[in-house]
Amino acid sequence: MDYKSTLSVCPYCGCGCSFYLETIDGKLVGTKPSATSPVNNGKLCVKGWKVHEFVQSPRRLTNPLLRKNGELVEVSWDEALDYVADKLKKIKAEHGPDSIAFLASAKITNEDNYVLQKFARAGVGTNNVDHCARL
Amino acid sequence: MAGLAAAFGSGAMTNSIEELAGADTIFVIGSNTTAAHPLVADRLYRAKKNGATIIVADPRKIQLALTADLYVSQALGSDAALINGIAHIIIKEGWQNQQFIDDNTEGYEDFKALVEGYTPERTTELTGVSKQDLYFIAEKYAKAPAGSIVYCMGITQHTSGVDNVKSLANLAMLTGQIGRESTGVNPLRGQNNVQGACDMGGLPDVYPGYQKVDVPDNQAKFAKAWNAELSPKAGLKIPDMLTGLNDGSVKVLFVVGENPMMSDPDQHHVELALKKAELLVVQDIFDHQTAQLAHVVLPGASYAEKDGTFSNTERRVQRLHKAVEPVGDSKADWEITQEISNRFGYPMNYASPAEIMDEIAQVTPQYGGINYERLEGEGLLWPCPNQDHPGTKFLHAGGKFARGKGLFHAIEWRAPAEVVDEEYPLWLTTGRAHVHYHTGTMTRNSPSLHALMPEGFAEINPVEADRLGVSEGEMLQLTTRRGTIQAKAMITERVRPGMVFVPFHFMEACANVLTNPALDPVCKIPEFKVCAVKLDKAA
Repeated sequence: MDYKSTLSVCPYCGCGCSFYLETIDGKLVGTKPSATSPVNNGKLCVKGWKVHEFVQSPRRLTNPLLRKNGELVEVSWDEALDYVADKLKKIKAEHGPDSIAFLASAKITNEDNYVLQKFARAGVGTNNVDHCARL
Repeated sequence: MAGLAAAFGSGAMTNSIEELAGADTIFVIGSNTTAAHPLVADRLYRAKKNGATIIVADPRKIQLALTADLYVSQALGSDAALINGIAHIIIKEGWQNQQFIDDNTEGYEDFKALVEGYTPERTTELTGVSKQDLYFIAEKYAKAPAGSIVYCMGITQHTSGVDNVKSLANLAMLTGQIGRESTGVNPLRGQNNVQGACDMGGLPDVYPGYQKVDVPDNQAKFAKAWNAELSPKAGLKIPDMLTGLNDGSVKVLFVVGENPMMSDPDQHHVELALKKAELLVVQDIFDHQTAQLAHVVLPGASYAEKDGTFSNTERRVQRLHKAVEPVGDSKADWEITQEISNRFGYPMNYASPAEIMDEIAQVTPQYGGINYERLEGEGLLWPCPNQDHPGTKFLHAGGKFARGKGLFHAIEWRAPAEVVDEEYPLWLTTGRAHVHYHTGTMTRNSPSLHALMPEGFAEINPVEADRLGVSEGEMLQLTTRRGTIQAKAMITERVRPGMVFVPFHFMEACANVLTNPALDPVCKIPEFKVCAVKLDKAA
């Protein structure tokens, strides 16, 4: 049995509480608040204590899906990524970069956001990047 | 954030969370802190225990109201009038900090002339808050050695949201309650990394670090760093993207980690727009209503399955460490974007998030001294401009504002975009419940949380329940000019007679079928917090 405890940060509200995710043989089994965090001082709210529960839910998306004949069907990463990249190229060529818009996210990491807006601005050539800060 | 940026030059929480416990007076307005930010609420309770005066202003009698020294229930959408009325009293009584105003601010005279008109009598008429309570708030806040303001979406989600925030900034400058320990104007950010998404340039008008895209020097800097030609034109905000989809000028919407079908106002309008996209890509961890409309769905890795950083509401950049392998074939969002970018013809070859952070530090002044090694432990509060900098606990130290002088704004109160009338006679407001989070994508997939609160509801006052002949748990029908939903009645004194509250976590009783998409003219935030509704017992 391989028990591990890994320091992480809560994905819910803006407080940014830290906790240790507890795993046994690669399965998430619990959450322990970080006692030394200046944000949460060893405490968590009801959502925080259960924050490991949804990660390995059977309802997670696990494969790329592509709409074919009106239905979303499982495809390989290669097929999904090629489809998106080709379509973006074609639409940029036909309608210009500002016909393409991106929603970044308050849920993904700084690094994820940085790379996404860089792709929009430097790759596609548009400043059409926003996220739901106001919602 | 636009409001604080205009007043102070920086749109973030001015002070850190732990400082709240040391404040002498805390004025909480439009924040249901115990439900939405429990660990900030923890500091409010601690401050109270240390002898602080806690003042809560909220149309709904939230849990914090029960322990507050003073609770006032201002009329929905009357915040700017309330704040002007408090400022009026402070100036009339000579409680303002004239030295701070003279040394560190501009625009005071116009502001003073405007609040002259907000006499206690008029303020009471507009807000429903008594003269005695207005005096209590004014005196306790102005005279406190350290007074702090805490606010949230109850202030911002209005057509006058930016004005409301500027009004709070006025109050802090008027009394000099800023730039010191345990003071400040403190917006609680609703989502775990909304601060970071803004910091990283997830906004249409700025590059990372709030560097405006329409300033030629900034363009040149980023064009060089990214080796690309950049557009000099600010991009579209979300509501304009939806309009663009509708009129055909926008063809592609690439959505990462969001569910606009549920989080945006007036759901029917959003659905029509999304269905017009030539390409709708949704990258997320769960299937949701927006994903069901997509042409392509890409499975992202969750917070527990990747390395990276989040920036919390107090500007603290913290490391998350990968605890488990991503489920199925899911991948970290940055990896997916990198692969698309390479296929698109703009090469990227980051080997790890640490490498991305090193690039962020090079182009983002506030993150200049941040790297993964330094983040281990408690993280760092930005601005952290260089490797030797310890990070910044509170902003604008000594009244030295990021924009130079702090700027007063003379703000007239404006009524909400939609007000009650004969046909829609009740006020509707929306918000969060303690168990759930945002559109429920994560919490409703968490078995223990789902068990605690499996379904949506609508809070009504016993007076309304009697009038309709509805008892607890019976179905209500709520109708606005946008649509109709049904929800179980929760009969409670938390809401006043004439008012209804609906949480927005539940797709099957979706508050945003009802809400008004009328926008603040500056920041384009929708007026989620006020509209007019008709209430019936469901047939």
